[in-house]
Amino acid sequence: MEDIPVNMFLGVGAILFVCGVLCMTTKRNAIGILMGVELVLNGANINLVAFSNSNYGLLGIDGQIMSLFVIVLAAAEAAVALAIVLSFYNNHQTVDVDQASELQG
Amino acid sequence: MSELLFYLYALIACGAAIAVVLSQNVVRMAFWLVVSLSSVSFLFFLLGADFVGATQLLIYVGGTVVLLIFGVMLTSSGPYKTIQNSPAELALSGMIGLAFLAVISSSVFSVNWIENSYRLAGAKEHHDGEQLKFGYNDETEGNTTRSLGTALLGVRFDKDYSPEAGKHAHSHGGEEHSHHDHGEVTVSTGYLLPFEIVSVHLLVVLVGAAYLARAKRRVDVQQA
Repeated sequence: MEDIPVNMFLGVGAILFVCGVLCMTTKRNAIGILMGVELVLNGANINLVAFSNSNYGLLGIDGQIMSLFVIVLAAAEAAVALAIVLSFYNNHQTVDVDQASELQG
Repeated sequence: MSELLFYLYALIACGAAIAVVLSQNVVRMAFWLVVSLSSVSFLFFLLGADFVGATQLLIYVGGTVVLLIFGVMLTSSGPYKTIQNSPAELALSGMIGLAFLAVISSSVFSVNWIENSYRLAGAKEHHDGEQLKFGYNDETEGNTTRSLGTALLGVRFDKDYSPEAGKHAHSHGGEEHSHHDHGEVTVSTGYLLPFEIVSVHLLVVLVGAAYLARAKRRVDVQQA
């Protein structure tokens, strides 16, 4: 593992992060936006785990614990957001986020 | 070898993430998300974070994406077309399955399980009298479960009680040396409070999600 620079892992994380942001901004399907959020969290997780490796940084086991919390909170966020999407679909028969404009006043 | 594996999985992860953005069908997006998340978990295994990689596979690929696919199916408009597989696709999938089975069975049969059990039991000598490398792997080689668990319970064996920490205190001149000899140990911060907060948060989230997604009676039917 020593011959792979840490920049490579950070690059993979950056690509996943950018793909997630693009997914969040361009998709009109609410579930597509959720998938973008998952990609963003994974891109951040790669950085945390990479720096927790002793070849690449001094984070130690703390980085892995942070990434475990991120994974758990992402699962919780997906559950609540999907419940909201299902409730919205029950009321509007669509998952297009552009239709969700009732709170605009 | 690890370099080759890294480039393979990094390529798969990035390509699948780009495919998530570019594909228009939500089911295809979910499939590419599964591919991307699993290759990220293999990157975690390569980094020596075995527990985080397994958690990534279990929770993300096993839980979150299944949840997303259920969401896709529950909110889809119009019935899906029935998709017929062509014989060429069937042959291709059979070949991929056979190759996967070959990889798994070769790795299973290449392990000497008897010697491995002696090693994990801590027996220093085999019954033939030869010396064995015994014990579990080093933490840097992917044995992080124990330190992760103790850190989540608030005890930092990796910092406070490790031989490196004692050496570190000894190397700091005379005063710390005497401190260490009087039985004082440093106490690093653990993660007990965040662990409890996350557990309560998960309970609240489950109750909230069940409340939000409960089956409602159709109001318009009752009014009519």
